Amino acid sequence: MKVKVLCRNPDDYVRETTRDIQRVPRNYDPTLHPFEVPREYTRALNATKLERVFAKPFVASLDGHRDGISCITKHAKSLSTVISGACDGEVKLWNLPRQECLRTVQAHEGFVRGICSRFCGTSFFTVGDDKTIKQWNLEAPGYGVREEPINTILGKAVFTGIDHHQRESTFVTCGQTVDIWDEQRSSPIRSFSWGVDSFSCVRYNPVETELLASCASDRSIVLYDTRESAPLRKVIMQLRSNTLCWNPMEAYYFTCANEDYNLYTYDIRHLDVPVTVHMDHVSAVLDVDYSPTGREFVSASFDKTIRIFPKDKGHSREVYHTKRMQHVICVRWSADNKYVLSGSDEMNIRLWKANASEKLGLLSTREKAAAHYNKKLIEKFQHHPQVRRIARHRHLPGDILKQKREQREMKEARRRREQNVRKHSKPGSVPLLTEKEKHVAAVVE
Amino acid sequence: AISSMGSRKRKKQNERSEASVQVSEFFVNAEGTGEKVNLSDLLGTVEKTSGASNKTKKQLRNLQSSKETLELPLNKQQTEKIQRGIAYEKTAAEVSCWRNIILQNQKAEQMVFPLNQESPGPKRVEQVVAGWKVQTPLEQEIFRLLHINSQPVDDPVLTPVEEQSLKAMSLEEAKIRRAELQKARALQSYYEAKAKREKKIKSKKYHKVQRKAKCKDFLKQFDEMVKTNPEGALEELKKMELSRMEERMSLKHQNSGKWAKSKAIMAKYDDSARKAMQEQLQMNKDLTQKIVVPSDDEHESNEEGLETIPDFVNDSEPVIDSVNPWMRGQLTHEEPEVSCVTTEDVQTAEEENEEEELVGEFERKRKLRQADEEDLIPTEEERKRAEDVVEVSDKEEEDDDDDDEEEEEEDVSEFNTLFRLMRSEKTLEGSNQTREGLNTPGQEDEEGLLNEGQIRVRNIEDLEVLGEFVDPQPIAEPSLPRTAAVEATSEPPYKKKREIDLKEVLTKEAKAVKVPFLPTVVDEEERDEQISIIKEAFAGDDVISDFIKDKSKLEAAGRPEVVDLTLPGWGEWGGVGLKPSRWKRKRFRIKTAPPPPRQDQKLPDVIISENRNASVASHQVSQLPFPFQNTAQFESSIRTPIGPTWNTQSVVKNMTKPKVITKMGAIIEPMCSGNQQGAITHANTNIKNNSTVYTWIPPATAKNIVFV
Repeated sequence: MKVKVLCRNPDDYVRETTRDIQRVPRNYDPTLHPFEVPREYTRALNATKLERVFAKPFVASLDGHRDGISCITKHAKSLSTVISGACDGEVKLWNLPRQECLRTVQAHEGFVRGICSRFCGTSFFTVGDDKTIKQWNLEAPGYGVREEPINTILGKAVFTGIDHHQRESTFVTCGQTVDIWDEQRSSPIRSFSWGVDSFSCVRYNPVETELLASCASDRSIVLYDTRESAPLRKVIMQLRSNTLCWNPMEAYYFTCANEDYNLYTYDIRHLDVPVTVHMDHVSAVLDVDYSPTGREFVSASFDKTIRIFPKDKGHSREVYHTKRMQHVICVRWSADNKYVLSGSDEMNIRLWKANASEKLGLLSTREKAAAHYNKKLIEKFQHHPQVRRIARHRHLPGDILKQKREQREMKEARRRREQNVRKHSKPGSVPLLTEKEKHVAAVVE
Repeated sequence: AISSMGSRKRKKQNERSEASVQVSEFFVNAEGTGEKVNLSDLLGTVEKTSGASNKTKKQLRNLQSSKETLELPLNKQQTEKIQRGIAYEKTAAEVSCWRNIILQNQKAEQMVFPLNQESPGPKRVEQVVAGWKVQTPLEQEIFRLLHINSQPVDDPVLTPVEEQSLKAMSLEEAKIRRAELQKARALQSYYEAKAKREKKIKSKKYHKVQRKAKCKDFLKQFDEMVKTNPEGALEELKKMELSRMEERMSLKHQNSGKWAKSKAIMAKYDDSARKAMQEQLQMNKDLTQKIVVPSDDEHESNEEGLETIPDFVNDSEPVIDSVNPWMRGQLTHEEPEVSCVTTEDVQTAEEENEEEELVGEFERKRKLRQADEEDLIPTEEERKRAEDVVEVSDKEEEDDDDDDEEEEEEDVSEFNTLFRLMRSEKTLEGSNQTREGLNTPGQEDEEGLLNEGQIRVRNIEDLEVLGEFVDPQPIAEPSLPRTAAVEATSEPPYKKKREIDLKEVLTKEAKAVKVPFLPTVVDEEERDEQISIIKEAFAGDDVISDFIKDKSKLEAAGRPEVVDLTLPGWGEWGGVGLKPSRWKRKRFRIKTAPPPPRQDQKLPDVIISENRNASVASHQVSQLPFPFQNTAQFESSIRTPIGPTWNTQSVVKNMTKPKVITKMGAIIEPMCSGNQQGAITHANTNIKNNSTVYTWIPPATAKNIVFV
């Protein structure tokens, strides 16, 4: 007779060292774990609720400026350093983790209109209302040494914006013309102008580094190539664009912040119609900045809120506001994709989490896994009404809510009016325009 | 006047201080200088020279003869416009070389930022020690040799030749090739693993079975081979011939072996021994039989002969209590296979079963889950539904009204507590409703909208309260009291509106493998006992007839009634004892189309309630969400669980991997900065985890940058 002996391999249940995690025998037999979907649904609902409960995006406020913040820039090489310029000509360097001001420079008389840091992270440039471009060292001067710029260039007109090339020692300013400067020279190596206008913002394309785009006060956005002698193309919109930002991961997309409360994402190859119209703000949009991953962007508005939009969605996924935050002038997304910085009229720079309910700091593996699971669950059940309702709920201050309602009414009225006009006119004489088509006035070659 | 006076004197002086246009090369005082060169002057020389082509000569002649003035050059604005147009086209083309990369990025399941991360792990010395130069003569000699063969010198990761070949291949090609290689490698490794595993199995029986199966397989293949590959078949035939010869020479399968002798002795007493002997002899016969290549018709006839009667023919309906439908489903299913076949059949069947099991065990294990899903879900579902309905079956009709009333009562009780909040939120609700009304044109955008309101969410309770008010769902579909006539004429509303039923979503997929509570082979006695127990348990109440009655009642309620619109006396004589005429009755009795068949129509022991459950409805998805094409798709997306309760760790990890991974404290640079080469490289593609980590190198537009 054959005797079968039950024996187990100790490797299967004995830990090698005491630091190993315990082996947990698991039975994945589906009979033992019934009702998958209802259980997951409950989990998803709970995850959504917790996400909302833990959504505390505000991290810190940096105060110290004595006038409204007019511009912010990130340090090119250091995540913890931020440079900000105020309306009284003061420039401050901040250390974010310690939430303190490292250095204060009286850079200009009048506004500091623009700041950009050099790609190597050794110096930064400022332009101001006093018609000067100044280059400053990022290192603080020694004790007792006066704070002085490395280089000062006196221009003919007021400069309103500045941006630095990604890899080369050239930078671009805008004012009455768009000028490209070499760091070594005191006069621009090239100036672009197209008609009489003044420019409010100019940005280098971070991917195709020879491309430039600028916003002009004649409601147009102009594209340039630094290798060409003339500008490339101009698109004129219904209202003026305040700023624009290129997508750092997708070479031919940029987004502009418009006075008509909307943001528009354009493909530079097809300028006649914007790719997406991003609506949600209830007042002029003043600044926009892409996340370094190129998936989302943040916009600052005159309506005292910051909104985060997915790059291809028409509506925002998040809105940030606090009671004390006034008109938000400038906004930047930190280079590690974790934070958003906003500078507002009431002299404060605010630090927000880019993902409102994200837990900061190091996470253990299990925490990480749980977070991923929860996120996935919410995504899976996002179409279920209860989950959606909770996930989409945001608190808004009353006046913004009121404005929103008002605007909705206005929009509806306009739509109705247009419909009536169409109804009472010859068929085909009043064309049906999509929302995207409405906002572009002309494309000039 | 002064100039005219002095002019003569000057001319006479004829003094030259510097080279001028007026001075000829040959004469100091050139004649005819300063005059323009005409086309005709050139033409004279051109005619003589043989080098100039006829075409140019012709063109020049034409030019000479034409008297027209040249057109004005374009004005500045137009030239600039043209220039801009050209420059724009150029830039657009240049920029669109990123298109593939961007699309790929958008489709990628997971992106890891920063993009061009260096691979972790140890690096080669050559990579770490940069700027190392050969110094000693020996080294120089060696390196010279290496250089000649274009062997790696300081970075042996890729030889120049390899690099060149890499560059020669386009990105897509490279990827496809890579994928192919990976697939081949994976397949090979699987195959190897399988072979190893099988080789390890010690069971002789298994191997025997394997061999048999292989043999069978081979025979099958051989038939095909005869048709397709005669040469190969011939070779195989030779092999078979050889084995036949061997068999004939040896006495392996004859009765001369030790085992055979012992069996021969045992054969008198033991049935199985006899059988084994017979088998062996049969084997001998088979092997020594001369092989004839079968022609086609023979083959067919053979097949016909081989065709066996399907197993289920042998199964007979087991004799059980036919009155009790509960007894039918569960117990009988497994039994007839085993119990109701003759003993011989049993033996052969068992053998075959064993073989098949051994061979197909692996596959079966793998497919177990799928099969379970397909087979058992319906029955599971039926059972559940039946249970559900049995409980409520009494007052199916009154349920709706009752529910409503109850709800109302609850509402009243809750109303007071919530009223305060409600007032504050009234405005919000109103706005929401208006939005609901307004935003019909932009339906897709509505999806992404935030629900902005004045409620501040601080804890879970707030969220619950939020639910009470903001949710428009419960209001959406009030259950209407229906008159009998309406009910009869119209289809039930829930049928018309194809919705994603949470019932389907939530219960159908409860993928439960039914584990039989009883051993699959039940002895007759045991079964009888069971039946008697069940009978005893349900002795008092006549459950079955009740159930049937309920069901027929429900069915009758669902059937459309005939509406009789005949008016006696209309258009003909009427009065006591007079019936309306036949044609009239026919004409005015209106039959409505029957409703779609009930779900439980073919299930005798199940009642499936098709009423909408209001409490569940608020959790249901009412519209098919955007990316999905049909409800089945959506339901299947919901059905697969992603949690660790149902999946192994690696699967969970794979399923819940985030779309974007960023490294803590790392600066994410824009796409191209840093790299100067030209392709996207999949640095660490992991076929198992199916996650691709993209590393960026900007596109291969080795641009000849021309500064104009």
